[in-house]
Amino acid sequence: MTVALPTRGDEAWRYSDIAAVEAAWPLPAPESIIVPAGGTFARTIMQDSGTIHQLDIAIGKGATAAIHVLNTGGDYGRVELNVTLHEGADFKLGAVQIGGGTQTLEVITTVTHAEPGATSSQIVRSVLAGMATGTYLGKVAVARDAQQTDSVQSVKAMLLDRSATANAKPELEIYADDVKCAHGCAIGELDAMGLFYLQARGITPAEAKKLMLQAFVAGVFEGAADEESLTEAALSKLGDLV
Amino acid sequence: MLQINNLHANVGDKPILKGLTLSLNAGEIHAIMGPNGAGKSTLGYVLSGRPGYKVTEGSVTFTPPVLPGEGRGPEPQTDDSVAALDPGLRRGTQEPIDLLALEPHERAAAGLFLGFQYPVEIPGVSNVQFLREALNAQRKYRGEAPLTGGEFLKVAREQAGALGMDMEMLKRPVNVGFSGGEKKRNEMVQMGIIDPALAILDETDSGLDIDALRTVGDGINRIMRKPDKAVLLITHYQRLLDYVKPDFVHVLADGRITRTGGADLALELERDGYKELAA
Ligand SMILES: Nc1ncnc2c1ncn2[C@@H]1O[C@H](COP(=O)(O)OP(=O)(O)OP(=O)(O)O)[C@@H](O)[C@H]1O
Ligand SMILES: [Mg+2]
Repeated sequence: MTVALPTRGDEAWRYSDIAAVEAAWPLPAPESIIVPAGGTFARTIMQDSGTIHQLDIAIGKGATAAIHVLNTGGDYGRVELNVTLHEGADFKLGAVQIGGGTQTLEVITTVTHAEPGATSSQIVRSVLAGMATGTYLGKVAVARDAQQTDSVQSVKAMLLDRSATANAKPELEIYADDVKCAHGCAIGELDAMGLFYLQARGITPAEAKKLMLQAFVAGVFEGAADEESLTEAALSKLGDLV
Repeated sequence: MLQINNLHANVGDKPILKGLTLSLNAGEIHAIMGPNGAGKSTLGYVLSGRPGYKVTEGSVTFTPPVLPGEGRGPEPQTDDSVAALDPGLRRGTQEPIDLLALEPHERAAAGLFLGFQYPVEIPGVSNVQFLREALNAQRKYRGEAPLTGGEFLKVAREQAGALGMDMEMLKRPVNVGFSGGEKKRNEMVQMGIIDPALAILDETDSGLDIDALRTVGDGINRIMRKPDKAVLLITHYQRLLDYVKPDFVHVLADGRITRTGGADLALELERDGYKELAA
């Protein structure tokens, strides 16, 4: 845990809005969540006012935790998760960040597979316009005896303007030998031919973009108790951007 | 209905259309044939407003010839937002429209449909959602009431059925994983649902099997062979023209119309090729 005010030299704060961090400093201690063996935990984080969320989550043997994040508001919004998985535990993250203007939005995760047979899946989608910056830094650490670990990171960002920035860094640190760790990372722009096709059928440019972005973030909130309201909030934010 | 006059257009910085003149009247079907790379698809893209296709000279006017009160949809709404529309953009008038001044979606709403040589895949967006949004966007633009989900599905089911396309396919993402022929068939289902005044069909026959060719040919006749509509059929093969008999056949070569004739011209081209013609 960082005690001193972080600087850009700290990997986990490399792309952060340090001035905003300083204004919020000192941060309260991270919220600590312990999911007991066999338990289930679910949380939705709607970051819409420029705040810093820090959660430490320990997932007990055979327990599950699912976190859904919609990171959209304020000049600087950060969601930081520090997750430890025990034997056979499961962690799921579905995060969407949507930013424009000069917003800085980030999702930072450290997922530690401490014991064998645990699974983790992280899906992160960022849509960035204007001069916004969206960052995902995700470290997956697999301990020496955490065999049969299965971990997936799927990270995609869509830049609506050339002036927007996406940083994506899925990172693996593996000390066991029998593990399956997959990560995919893509930063792109909306397909120009797709947009033209939609418009050639009568759809306005803004609606065409919105349709394609809706498809881009589709599925991320699957399984969330408030899937519908999350999706609606994401769509309305997308509507503001296009 | 469509008046193309001395059209010059660049793709990037390269001149592709070099003084193309062509005129289509309501009720007519025109075929365009011509060598690979002559500019046929470019013409379709320029007419529908694809970004990057720049007109450097010439003009295009479009006159969707639906008589007032005989529009294909319900009566136009008369609220202020509709009254504020440029009357030339509403269907049901006979004002000529400067087509090139419109955005692609406005051209579609005015009644222009482009059947793509290579229909585009759009992952994550279902055909049904796409088409309902497209149709209702056009209707809104023309001041017509939107179709409800039920009304839309009825139209979609009819058109898919007539073209032998499974409703399940309509629920799939637009063109994703469709075979070449299925994509072309899907273009025709879209045309049936949208019911345009003018269709430019770019090699809709390419990639179709023998039965599908007949189905698509029948579809074009059913949807478009009407006194108030017109079709520009881009094709390499005489075979489609057996089903959809053209009133005129044009040869497009090196960015211009170099020859115009009746349906017989297609037979002559099939026999002799373009080289013979140029000689
Ligand atoms: N982006 C581009 N930059 C430069 N040249 C281009 C570009 N796109 C197309 N062209 C060229 O424009 C010319 C016309 O292409 P077009 O697709 O209109 O031909 P076509 O008549 O439809 O041919 P086909 O029968 O093969 O479909 C071709 O020579 C093509 O290579
Ligand atoms: Mg072509």
